[in-house]
Amino acid sequence: MSILSIKNLHAEVDGKEILKGIDLEIGAGEIHAIMGPNGSGKSTLSYTLAGREGYKVTKGEVRYQGKDLLEMLPEERAQAGVFLAFQYPVEIPGVPTVTFLKQAMNSVRKARGEKQLDAFEFKKLMDARLKELNIVNDMVRRALNTGFSGGEKKRMEVLQMALLEPTLAILDETDSGLDIDALKTVADGVNALRGADRSMLVITHYQRLLDYIVPDHVHVLFEGRIVRSGDKSLALELEEKGYTDITGAAA
Amino acid sequence: MAIAQETIESVGQATDKYKYGFITEIEMDRAPKGLSEDTIRFISAKKEEPEWLLEWRLKAYRHWLTMKEPTWARVGYPPIDYQDSYYYSAPKSDADRPKSLDEIDPKLLETYEKLGIPLKEQEVLAGVRNVAIDAVFDSVSVATTFKDRLEKDGVIFCSISEAVKKHPELVKKYIGSVVPYSDNFFATLNSAVFTDGSFCYIPKGVRCPMELSTYFRINASETGQFERTLIIADEGSYVSYLEGCTAPQRDENQLHAAVVELVALDDAEIKYSTVQNWYPGDEEGVGGIYNFVTKRGVCEKRAKISWTQVETGSAITWKYPSCILKGDDSVGEFFSIAITNNRQQADTGTKMLHIGKNTRSRIIAKGISAGKSQSTYRGQVRINAMAEGANNYTKCDNLLIVDQCRVHPLPYIESKNRSARVEHEATTSKISDDQLFYCLQRGIPQEDALTLIVNGFCREVLQELPMEFAVEAQKLVGISLEGSVG
Repeated sequence: MSILSIKNLHAEVDGKEILKGIDLEIGAGEIHAIMGPNGSGKSTLSYTLAGREGYKVTKGEVRYQGKDLLEMLPEERAQAGVFLAFQYPVEIPGVPTVTFLKQAMNSVRKARGEKQLDAFEFKKLMDARLKELNIVNDMVRRALNTGFSGGEKKRMEVLQMALLEPTLAILDETDSGLDIDALKTVADGVNALRGADRSMLVITHYQRLLDYIVPDHVHVLFEGRIVRSGDKSLALELEEKGYTDITGAAA
Repeated sequence: MAIAQETIESVGQATDKYKYGFITEIEMDRAPKGLSEDTIRFISAKKEEPEWLLEWRLKAYRHWLTMKEPTWARVGYPPIDYQDSYYYSAPKSDADRPKSLDEIDPKLLETYEKLGIPLKEQEVLAGVRNVAIDAVFDSVSVATTFKDRLEKDGVIFCSISEAVKKHPELVKKYIGSVVPYSDNFFATLNSAVFTDGSFCYIPKGVRCPMELSTYFRINASETGQFERTLIIADEGSYVSYLEGCTAPQRDENQLHAAVVELVALDDAEIKYSTVQNWYPGDEEGVGGIYNFVTKRGVCEKRAKISWTQVETGSAITWKYPSCILKGDDSVGEFFSIAITNNRQQADTGTKMLHIGKNTRSRIIAKGISAGKSQSTYRGQVRINAMAEGANNYTKCDNLLIVDQCRVHPLPYIESKNRSARVEHEATTSKISDDQLFYCLQRGIPQEDALTLIVNGFCREVLQELPMEFAVEAQKLVGISLEGSVG
């Protein structure tokens, strides 16, 4: 069953067209990787799917679980199970991480008509996830992402993903700014969340991440279009030959 | 980057949703309109005051006649016609004071219920929550609870009128001792016509067994409200006092000129917390409360005074809770959150006067501005020549929700002692789209996201509030920014 279906998606930022006709189908439980050089439109794609203001769709359609995704508000998309792991997770000073997590969790549950969790129920759930992901308790007591190291921030994204249990997770350059140990930790966290009812769109510049989060499909994004698609071997080919070769061949 | 257009538009509509806009109909017993020596004699007679107090009022009034309304604050408003106001009004039942809440006008109780502070429930819950309420309804206290409990410890907590009758020596000794009758235009006016307020005395070495709380509420149409509060913490004592207020919606601008005096004797500590949520007027600022308040405390040796305020209401706020650090090793603190929206104007801050040796003060001021509001932080730190080893730390942060609002940080620092240490930090930032989008992407609706971010920004101050008040204040931040999603 198709979870995400993108057809001929065009989007612009500040009047400049960045996405120039993207087609992509993601089935349930599939992991797709999007690779591309800087400026190819990778982050624009993730923000457009998440519904960020300023990312204007000019043509095409996106259906999520059969519904028109573009009609939905950003928070509605999140509540419906679209999760974006940020390339640069945002610091919110003064807001304890645990407060933020509980509010996010309950906002999503409320929208889904589920019971709100009280402080105790939430803590129990959070502690379980923290343990699974090997995150120290101290982190959730600090202000959200404030003063966190690069690795901590990315692990916090994974923790949020684990709590919100999305149907579609978009990982925007999750590997950026991580050393190899931190990358492994984060990848382990992501892999633990793989499942038949969870699709992922892994956006990355480097093949390295895909050694740890192994995709079912790989797409190459270049100048706002997907110029090649293949299986995981395409990532290795890219690594070997570089973007110029591949994109040059496609042009 | 621009914030969502809906936010800009709907933050502007926030006051449409002013929750506490209702007026209770209760028969009034009021003084004739206008201000004169006769009005003052009427008030004094109504309250059966002793001669010395009447004389003090008249002295203030005569002095007031020679004064000019101050214009230095960064606020603008049409001239106030002081002859077009009533200076005294009391619920009719005043002559026959209710002995219990059951005897209180049900309409009044209803009003409190609308505000979410049902007195009945408060009284029932008293044993658990330990909060005593001296409810000020218009100008006269009509219900005072938990007095017995306090009396056991020798704590006096009553209306100032009652204190004048029962404890005249204390009132006479301390009234005007911190804010003299000639202090400033509005304080002098208050001295002449104050109608009621709270009085509190904590005896030597006593730690007040509960947090003291007064809910102020203006109710009579066109009635200026002139509260007078006097708190005396005797040597080595401690008290935490909470003041919170809301007001019903109305068309006429209303003047409120309160005076609060705190006296912390040697080794005493007073914690004074305020949540102010008076009607701010409509989007154009019409009909809101004018809030000109003088609050000041004096610290004797090793004493400490902490002011914490959350200011979200009023069309105009003019307020500088201050500390006179007279005794050696005394400490003054000021924690403030000021939220302005639409056409609201706030000129607020503090004064820390270091007189004694090794006196310390700390100022944390947070301003949040939306709409076309104006917000000024005005702070003065003055270190006198004798204040050897004095120390001040000031942090002043401003958060802008939209571009049209204005903030003006005006810190004045004056040090006459070379051993003094003064630190000042200030920041101004705009609420970030990144933060808002991050919250939205986690499923948190925009309005809640704004509240969350603003509460985070204010956290340093919110955590200074007593627990129950902190919860209320956080809700108030949400209410003040309500309607921010289109």
